[in-house]
Amino acid sequence: MSNLIKKDKVIAYVVVSLGAVIMLAPFYFMFVFASHSNSGILSVPPPIFFGDYIVENFNTLIDFLPYFWHNIGLSLFVAVVTTILNLLFCSLAGYAFAMFDFKFKNFLFVGIMATMLLPPFLGMIPTAMIMSQIGWMNDPKALIIPAACGAMGIFMMRQFIASAIPKELVEAARMDGCREFKIYYRVVIPLITPAFGTLGLITFIGSWNNFMGPLVVMNDMKMFTIPLALRALQGTGQIPWGAVAIGAAIAVLPLLFLFVIASRRLIDGLTAGAVKG
Amino acid sequence: MNTTTSHKVSSTLHKVPPKKGSLWLRKGNKIAPYFFISPFFIIFGVFGLFPLLFSLYLSFHYWEPAAGLSAMEWVGLENYVFALQDEWFQKSIYNTVVIALKSGIPQHVVAIPLAFFIHTSFTRWRNTVIGVYFVPYITSTVAISLVFTTLFSRDFGMVNQVLTSLGNFTVADIHVLSWIFPVNNVDWARPEYTKDMISFVVFWRYVGWNTVLYLSALQTIPKDLYEAAIIDGANRYQQFWYVTLPLLKPMAFFAVTLTIIGNLQLFEEPFIITGGTGGIDQAGKTAAMHMYLTAFVESDFGTASAISWILFMMIAGLTWMNHKLLGGSNEE
Repeated sequence: MSNLIKKDKVIAYVVVSLGAVIMLAPFYFMFVFASHSNSGILSVPPPIFFGDYIVENFNTLIDFLPYFWHNIGLSLFVAVVTTILNLLFCSLAGYAFAMFDFKFKNFLFVGIMATMLLPPFLGMIPTAMIMSQIGWMNDPKALIIPAACGAMGIFMMRQFIASAIPKELVEAARMDGCREFKIYYRVVIPLITPAFGTLGLITFIGSWNNFMGPLVVMNDMKMFTIPLALRALQGTGQIPWGAVAIGAAIAVLPLLFLFVIASRRLIDGLTAGAVKG
Repeated sequence: MNTTTSHKVSSTLHKVPPKKGSLWLRKGNKIAPYFFISPFFIIFGVFGLFPLLFSLYLSFHYWEPAAGLSAMEWVGLENYVFALQDEWFQKSIYNTVVIALKSGIPQHVVAIPLAFFIHTSFTRWRNTVIGVYFVPYITSTVAISLVFTTLFSRDFGMVNQVLTSLGNFTVADIHVLSWIFPVNNVDWARPEYTKDMISFVVFWRYVGWNTVLYLSALQTIPKDLYEAAIIDGANRYQQFWYVTLPLLKPMAFFAVTLTIIGNLQLFEEPFIITGGTGGIDQAGKTAAMHMYLTAFVESDFGTASAISWILFMMIAGLTWMNHKLLGGSNEE
């Protein structure tokens, strides 16, 4: 009996490990291809170890995408500003829902949560039209403002504030004559930095990876975010695969880095809505 | 505005005896929460709700974008009828459903046993293993789909290299695995394989996410249930079948719902993998892609809006059906 279990266990370990290899293989080959010439990548069998063509590939990438540095900067700018606004707005709203009693509170909260059921593609066409009407095409505002306060973030913040901050503490500050906003930034903010970390990471990653949003509002190559810039490489006849791979690596590397340093927090945060809801 | 003024007043009253101040503070206390939640409603009203209503309005109109917003013409349900009768739209729905099933079913069939195994057998490497399976979920879809395009290429792609080397694996001059694996390179760009390629990328991306959902559900199953089962002589498989699976049902309902919702709106993976065209014979064009192309390539915003609402109703309908079939009575 125990022998049978052991044998099963070994088989299962092997299967899980093989699966893990499949999960990681695309990343590995992305980095391998980033270091090989086009003809190297297009040979049979394809390269399975790192080459020495990184600099040339990067130069090719810059040839195809002359604004690549600008694209990176723009992606970073959009992601950072979106994140800061989300932290501010979501924590304020989460604080209100966790600590105050007010008329229509539950109704409003359910309403906010219900907006999560709206699929993003539904707003794609009208958003593009509205942005062009108000002159926000090719303007980072068009990506930042609509994404500045997400329902998911409000939910996370409410959960965290309700569990981390005793109501008495807020009451005490109020008794001492603290203004509401002062309570928020003197009492609440210092206590919710862990939630800021999680929500910040999630928002940053979501914005960095966003493709559908910029696809319909950014049509000037200079104003492309990284995903759009990478996609533009596809339309170039003979696709420079080495350059594509190094571009993809640049897009993915910061995410891998964040994941390695904060994987537990990211996994918990990203599945929080599903697990607790 | 009210809030800020009351704040100002309350701050000038800051040093007066607490009783008088608390009256102002109570008032501030009443208005403050509305002020705190207002950003969401302003942003959602302008960039969420208004676009939705506008798109609903648009879906009942014919509109030539070049002629300006005033040139809209009421056409009733014509856009909906046109979309539903359009054979390319029907095909895109078919593609979406096929990809949704081919990527969705394996996700759960793999994720449940994987979660069970990680839960029962990993201690030290647990977080590493979870991390490895989860990491595809956080990576840029565009970047990784481009990498997959290379891996799936016919003549030099790694996928074909691995598959054909397995297909050509010989024992005593017989290709023993050729009934599962191809002997020659597969042309993944061909219409009959495009959906498989897209499905694999989608599966790869979301299997870890589902595993984490099931893991969290497994952690809530009390240990004594397993102990009772062991006393009754249940082995590991029986424990899995008779204890774990029934108790995973609520989470399975929820995770499958999420998969349905997500898979029916697939856009990025097929868009990048087929180079924005839908592939040969539009075999990889999903409904969301069809909507995008109708709007931004054919400039038919009315029909595209109608398509988006049809798709939305399909998702809502399927979610509701799933609730009826799997949901039972007591879960949310």
